[in-house]
Amino acid sequence: MSSMTEKALDGTGKFLDDRFHGARGIRVFLRKVFPDHWSFLLGEIALYSFIILLLSGTFLTLFFQPSMTDVVYHGSYTPLDGVHMSEAYASTLNISFDVRGGLLMRQIHHWAAILFVSAIVCHLLRVFFTGAFRKPREINWLIGVVLFTLAFTEGLFGYSLPDDLLSGTGLRILEGVLLSIPIVGTYLSFFLFGGQFPGHDIIPRLYIIHVLLIPGLLLALITAHLFLMFFQKHTQMPGEGRTDKNVVGQQMYPYFMAKTGAWFFFIFGVTALLSTFAQINPIWIYGPYNPSGISAGSQPDWYMGFLEGALRMWPSYRWNTLGDTWAFNTFLPAFVPLGLIMTGLAVWPFLEQWITGDKREHHVLDRPRNAPTRTGVGMAGVTFYGIMWLEGANDIIASQLNISLYLTTEIARYAIFIGPVVAYWVTKRICLGLQRKDVHLLEHGVETGIVRQLPSGEYIEETTPVPPDIRAKLEARTGLPELEAPPADGDEVPAPSARGGLGQIRTRLNRVLTESIPLPTGNGHGNGHGDGHGNGHAAEPAAIAPGDSGQLPAGQDGSDDGGQGAGA
Amino acid sequence: MSETEPGHQLPPGEAGEAEEHEYTRVPHRVIGTPPPAEAHTLLPDTQASAEPPAPRELPAGPDNPAKAKTAEKVVAACFVLSMLASIGFIAAYVGLEVHSVDAVLRSNLALGLSMGIAFMAMGVGFTVWVRSIMPDVEQVEERHPLASTPQERAAFSKTFIQGAEASGFIKRPLLRRTLIAASVPLAVAPIVLLRDMGPLPGTSLRNTVWRKGLRMVVYGPNTPLRAADFSTPGQMITMIPEGYAENQNVLAKATVIIIKFAPGELIPGRPGSPGTVMNWTVDNIVAYSKICTHVGCPVALYEQTTHHILCPCHQSTFNAAQGAQVLFGPAPRPLPQLPIGTDAEGFLIATSDFHVPVGPSFWELGASGFRGGNE
Repeated sequence: MSSMTEKALDGTGKFLDDRFHGARGIRVFLRKVFPDHWSFLLGEIALYSFIILLLSGTFLTLFFQPSMTDVVYHGSYTPLDGVHMSEAYASTLNISFDVRGGLLMRQIHHWAAILFVSAIVCHLLRVFFTGAFRKPREINWLIGVVLFTLAFTEGLFGYSLPDDLLSGTGLRILEGVLLSIPIVGTYLSFFLFGGQFPGHDIIPRLYIIHVLLIPGLLLALITAHLFLMFFQKHTQMPGEGRTDKNVVGQQMYPYFMAKTGAWFFFIFGVTALLSTFAQINPIWIYGPYNPSGISAGSQPDWYMGFLEGALRMWPSYRWNTLGDTWAFNTFLPAFVPLGLIMTGLAVWPFLEQWITGDKREHHVLDRPRNAPTRTGVGMAGVTFYGIMWLEGANDIIASQLNISLYLTTEIARYAIFIGPVVAYWVTKRICLGLQRKDVHLLEHGVETGIVRQLPSGEYIEETTPVPPDIRAKLEARTGLPELEAPPADGDEVPAPSARGGLGQIRTRLNRVLTESIPLPTGNGHGNGHGDGHGNGHAAEPAAIAPGDSGQLPAGQDGSDDGGQGAGA
Repeated sequence: MSETEPGHQLPPGEAGEAEEHEYTRVPHRVIGTPPPAEAHTLLPDTQASAEPPAPRELPAGPDNPAKAKTAEKVVAACFVLSMLASIGFIAAYVGLEVHSVDAVLRSNLALGLSMGIAFMAMGVGFTVWVRSIMPDVEQVEERHPLASTPQERAAFSKTFIQGAEASGFIKRPLLRRTLIAASVPLAVAPIVLLRDMGPLPGTSLRNTVWRKGLRMVVYGPNTPLRAADFSTPGQMITMIPEGYAENQNVLAKATVIIIKFAPGELIPGRPGSPGTVMNWTVDNIVAYSKICTHVGCPVALYEQTTHHILCPCHQSTFNAAQGAQVLFGPAPRPLPQLPIGTDAEGFLIATSDFHVPVGPSFWELGASGFRGGNE
């Protein structure tokens, strides 16, 4: 066997290497180490569902007619026989009922789209809560934010194509949103729809955007996203022997290839089984689009739900001035929450870097509890999004829970302000509590349940020191530099601005952002400050952790191989 | 990959080269000022860098040969199952017809199930293979700072500036400025091409096809309706203009709902208190635009007892008895009321177009649109 492999390498390998000089580069590639953690699989779900989307979508284009020409249906779905509809809708019926495997492919495409956006959101949250966006990965984070935006726009345009009653209603809402844009809104709407709603152009236009423009952008950006991940090497969870200067895991060939191959098959398999057993977007039940008709309980796909909720909860404010109308009632909910979320995501890495003054490379991830403020802000964002999302289904909630429809909206109108604040506070307290638990473990060791009587008659509980692998995890903290100290890179933050108004804001934000329970001292983390604390009672609440800090140079991490000084 | 002395910045490009000379090469020397990082190193050198790491080799065999032997059978079984499922998929494609709801459901079940099994079996097979047959080894790869060395940066700057100077881009402002002047219109020009994507709005959003004498027909059957036949208070029907049943652009603005009230239920508008325009009703039948003034969904839900019209999209609620005034939700103005009457045969007709634009607010709507004529 091995001689056969060697022969093949001598033959084909030589042929290729003579031409491409691949032996060295590909060897490095094959030996590349990938760290393991379940949460790293989330991004892979997004990647593989994108591949499923490309494959199933290509199949659908073979049969779909992106045309709004009026036709009378005489196909296999007899309940709609003789009904006027657009060619787009008729061809979607045709795919569902007259093309073998067509319904399966339609359902796979729709389920994969839902999975795609879901996986992107989960992956984004994973990256945020573990601080994987920190230097040097800020640009890749920005690419990710753009990918997220593109993904749900792609989804919106995709489910609008069949021209059924539900998706047509979605387009009607899109028209209303466009019309609300001050000054240019009417023109934008007329240009997109080729005149008044619905016109005859919107489906073919959305089609080319859906099958060419956005997928092209997605493909290019996903490639860049993966290339940067590959080039900068993957981050790793904290643990024994893991530092900012290494990658611990299993190598590309054969391990990662086999594992990620298995994962691809699982994703495809689950999507296929969902599409077999769980019906999705049964457009033949909704009927063809007609601007006079609608069905109650109309819901967009889940990822548009937060915008739907924002539209529902916003009050009817508008403003007429100089003969013109500012349709704030539609314009603001359609763009402000979306803008807040996307802008917030985009600026956070840079904001955090400015506040902490931390310009070092980070490759070991934070456990969410070890960045309580960041985790709190993240949960506030999740709550903000989540309340809008729930409000997007308030009619279903009201009817299921048998409460007043208007009450759900009133609750959402208050909750959108109160909820994120509460979520921030609660999350931060939970994180600090978990930190205290970690500190307690490090200081006192693991309880054994063995109670011993001392010769003096006193009873004590035996503890055993934390095993080294767990200790390494518990002690892994990102040492943050002290803000007042001159930054390592002298020209980054000029001293005058640190003293100005902005500098004071920064100092205050720094206090909040770096709030943490200090680790027990004497464990190799201290930079001199820590010694004064003595052992064991470092758990003063809500204090900045100076013992954790120090002007660590770029690329150094405070967590590796520290002494094991903290005892019970 | 092997690593040189800590703190030394190994340029990424040389990483592979370092590997070629494992353990024999001298530490990579940097001539010039060392990077500031070195001076502040707080931590003692880790063991890993004090002595060369063990070479990264993979063991030839599995950790547990007996377990691997069993696993091999399991994996092979999975792959065979996957193969059979794929063949089953092809058989289902060939053997099962579609063209009716039941047949489609059967075909979908057979195709989807076989496809799902084919993929899942492959996934399980690969997983068992990795976990039980491949030796479980954890490996460590060194990371290198991403930043280039000061020397590399300096060399790059030099090259870049040399090129810029050789091109004359810096020394010849005339070239530079005219190039920029040429680029801007070049970039703008394609945008002009988008102009013909649609007509200009003009006043088209202000009008619908309704005009004096145009008959209303019931949406669906497209039959006209006598006022006398629409006699049960509390009824609501969707009406469209006669002759436009298949014209979606017309329906998107002109669709109305008519509601029959019991005598005295309609609340007429008076100064300071907007309400229904009684002159625009006939026999206590009132017609409102069905297009929500929020974002244009059809307001399809009507509650007889409260006279509430509810939009199913965003729950704007209008008081049908009182000129469709907004009671709740994001809609900023009432549903416009259509003036209606009856023709000589007693059929419902429009007596004019809407007096204000229907549908969502738009920039040119203006304050007059909000008064709505419903007061």
